[in-house]
Amino acid sequence: MTWPSVGRGREGYPSLLAELHDPPSRLYLRGGSAELLRRPAVAIVGARSCSPYGAQVARELARDLATAGVVVVSGLARGIDGEAHRGALAAGGITVAVLGCGIDRDYPRSHTELARRIAEDGLIVSEYPPGVEPAPWRFPARNRIVAGLSLTTVVVEARERSGALITADFALELGRDVFAVPGEITSALSAGANDLLRQGAAPLLSPDDVVGAIGLQRAPPAAVASLSPAAETVRATLRDGARASDELARAVGLESAELAAALVELELAGLATSADGVYRCSH
Amino acid sequence: MLARAVTHALVGLDARPIEVEAHIQRGIPGFAIVGLPDKACQEAKHRVRSGIASAELQWPGRRITVNLAPAGLRKEGSGYDLPIALAVLAASRQIPPELLAEHASVGELALDGRLRPVAGVLVAAEAARRAGLGRLLCPLESAPEAALAGVEAVALGHLAEAGAYLRGRYVPEPVEAPSLASSNGAGPDLAEVRGQERARRALEIAAAGRHNILLGGPPGTGKSMLARRLPGILPALTRGQALEVTRIHSVAGVLQPGRPLVDRPPFRAPHHTASAPAVVGGGPNPRPGEASLAHHGVLLLDELAEFPRPVLEALRQPLEDGTIAVARVGGQAVFPARFLLAGTMNLCPCGARGDPALECACPPQRLAAYQAKLSRALLDRFDLVLHMPRPRSRELDAPAGEGSVAVRERVETAAGRLREAAPGLGAEARTLLARAVDMLPLSARGRARVARVAGTIAALAAAEEVEAEHVAEALSYRVPPELAT
Repeated sequence: MTWPSVGRGREGYPSLLAELHDPPSRLYLRGGSAELLRRPAVAIVGARSCSPYGAQVARELARDLATAGVVVVSGLARGIDGEAHRGALAAGGITVAVLGCGIDRDYPRSHTELARRIAEDGLIVSEYPPGVEPAPWRFPARNRIVAGLSLTTVVVEARERSGALITADFALELGRDVFAVPGEITSALSAGANDLLRQGAAPLLSPDDVVGAIGLQRAPPAAVASLSPAAETVRATLRDGARASDELARAVGLESAELAAALVELELAGLATSADGVYRCSH
Repeated sequence: MLARAVTHALVGLDARPIEVEAHIQRGIPGFAIVGLPDKACQEAKHRVRSGIASAELQWPGRRITVNLAPAGLRKEGSGYDLPIALAVLAASRQIPPELLAEHASVGELALDGRLRPVAGVLVAAEAARRAGLGRLLCPLESAPEAALAGVEAVALGHLAEAGAYLRGRYVPEPVEAPSLASSNGAGPDLAEVRGQERARRALEIAAAGRHNILLGGPPGTGKSMLARRLPGILPALTRGQALEVTRIHSVAGVLQPGRPLVDRPPFRAPHHTASAPAVVGGGPNPRPGEASLAHHGVLLLDELAEFPRPVLEALRQPLEDGTIAVARVGGQAVFPARFLLAGTMNLCPCGARGDPALECACPPQRLAAYQAKLSRALLDRFDLVLHMPRPRSRELDAPAGEGSVAVRERVETAAGRLREAAPGLGAEARTLLARAVDMLPLSARGRARVARVAGTIAALAAAEEVEAEHVAEALSYRVPPELAT
């Protein structure tokens, strides 16, 4: 099977990418057309082993960006990358996965199904011809394409010396904005992202920050369903920080059964999420 | 000279009548047992000979042949000692043979002639009653168990007593069948658990609707502690159920001495190194496994993900239809196994996930393999799944919770309501459920599960029909997305 590709200097080669000092000579494409690469795009990158907090931020950020019409670019790795792709898909948006191997290789294997869904409406791209196997030294090179395709790069969670920081460096070299999601100062998972903030990266406090930075209007928020009084109270308490169910019950003074119902109400309204038994507020 | 005694061989949960024939003839003195005895049964020779001598009866110094008929069925175990001894005594006319033929007998002999209890006396007694034999000679300790079957249990402490009884010189104490006592004090109490309101609530729902429950969380959050308190809040067994459970425990030989009738829901917690036959039953002559021993009770799989996959998969049949069929060359044994499955597991191999104070160090591949251990099919059997994050220290100062007895009363009321008529889904409940299917990853099976749990919650709340709040609570116990992939 031959795959479509677009050569450097040809019609359809993304101009943003050409600004790299060593742009790939050819991009192989799987899925949609190269035209998608000219839409406003934002890269969301981060650690492969991420925390539930990081996964949630990546997913919701991608969802909101996709809703605003932004293309979400990432690297199809496990963890933050995968969550970013999933978030964009969940919003029915366009997402682009940049691989460090041939576009016909499914790497990582567990993301085979995710890759298929990305290719339905979005795009999978690589500078390597089909058939090239993944190798560790190809991933930093892949990161320059992730940064090159995007107007802005957001680092969600990164340890020190994480691959996501390499992507941020490429973005800075290109003179583009880099956002970092603030993390707990005690968490090694966020050390890299927090370090970026110290160096002057813009803190990402809301998806609007990114949408504004690339000069787009944020989609008007969907009408919030009216909540029961119990759910309102629970939401207010969750805004003060993530909590486990039993703590929450004591904080708001609800029975376990009533609280469970209120939490499900919030979950269905998209206002709270749970991971490993801990509930968090969305936005 | 020929004489005959009647005993029973265990086949699964059934007993088949066995005729023990003893023949004494002239010839070189000797003692042979034929009719497919196993090793333990073959060794009866030595116990019987010593036992008869110790009972100050006479060992016939001639050629003795004992045949266990039907000869084609394997005879296992030591329960044949007493019938063999009695047949030999009758053949040598030390006891009246015609009287012996009216009794069934079972029991193991000690070298000093005392009788020791054996497994499966209840089943043997039931078979004796069915065959029209009104009396069963059995060891003292097994007599209450035999009396459960409605036969007259002749409780004997020693072979000499058996001889005296059959010669009409000794009348043993009559034995009464144990009644269904309400032994409330059994098992650990829920009052010992502090905090953990959500998990307590889930246990109550699990007990009321007999829903399988999976508790996940980092080590030391009280998952096993809570699961062990589940049997204590289950409704009491009916007499029929108690007999069923006792039959299984009797055959497996795990009845506790002094407690002939299992009158509380049983609790079994096999270790994760247990083999599939140990858990679901098996062996050359099939014996019930842990799953059957937990019939009408709770089967706890502590550290569920550590169990080998074949064991987990083998549990799917009993979870589906409440029975376990063990096929063997000699036929098939069917054991009932309708248990409430409780599982506990860490959220990752290193155990740190879900613990705010620690960071999980598991590589993603290992985490994926760990979660993949629970096949969709098995995960689908858990109606209630909940995460128990590590409580912060102040949680442990929470007041002690309700005791098991109070919870059990609510559970019994709700279970009664569910038996009569499970509440149906109300209009609002339907709408919410439909919305959940749209918004959440919720399969058709998952939807049915949520509806079932919501029904139990409505029954606990004494509601006429299932309302939206019941469905909402049920939804909070669904399989979380971290495990659903």
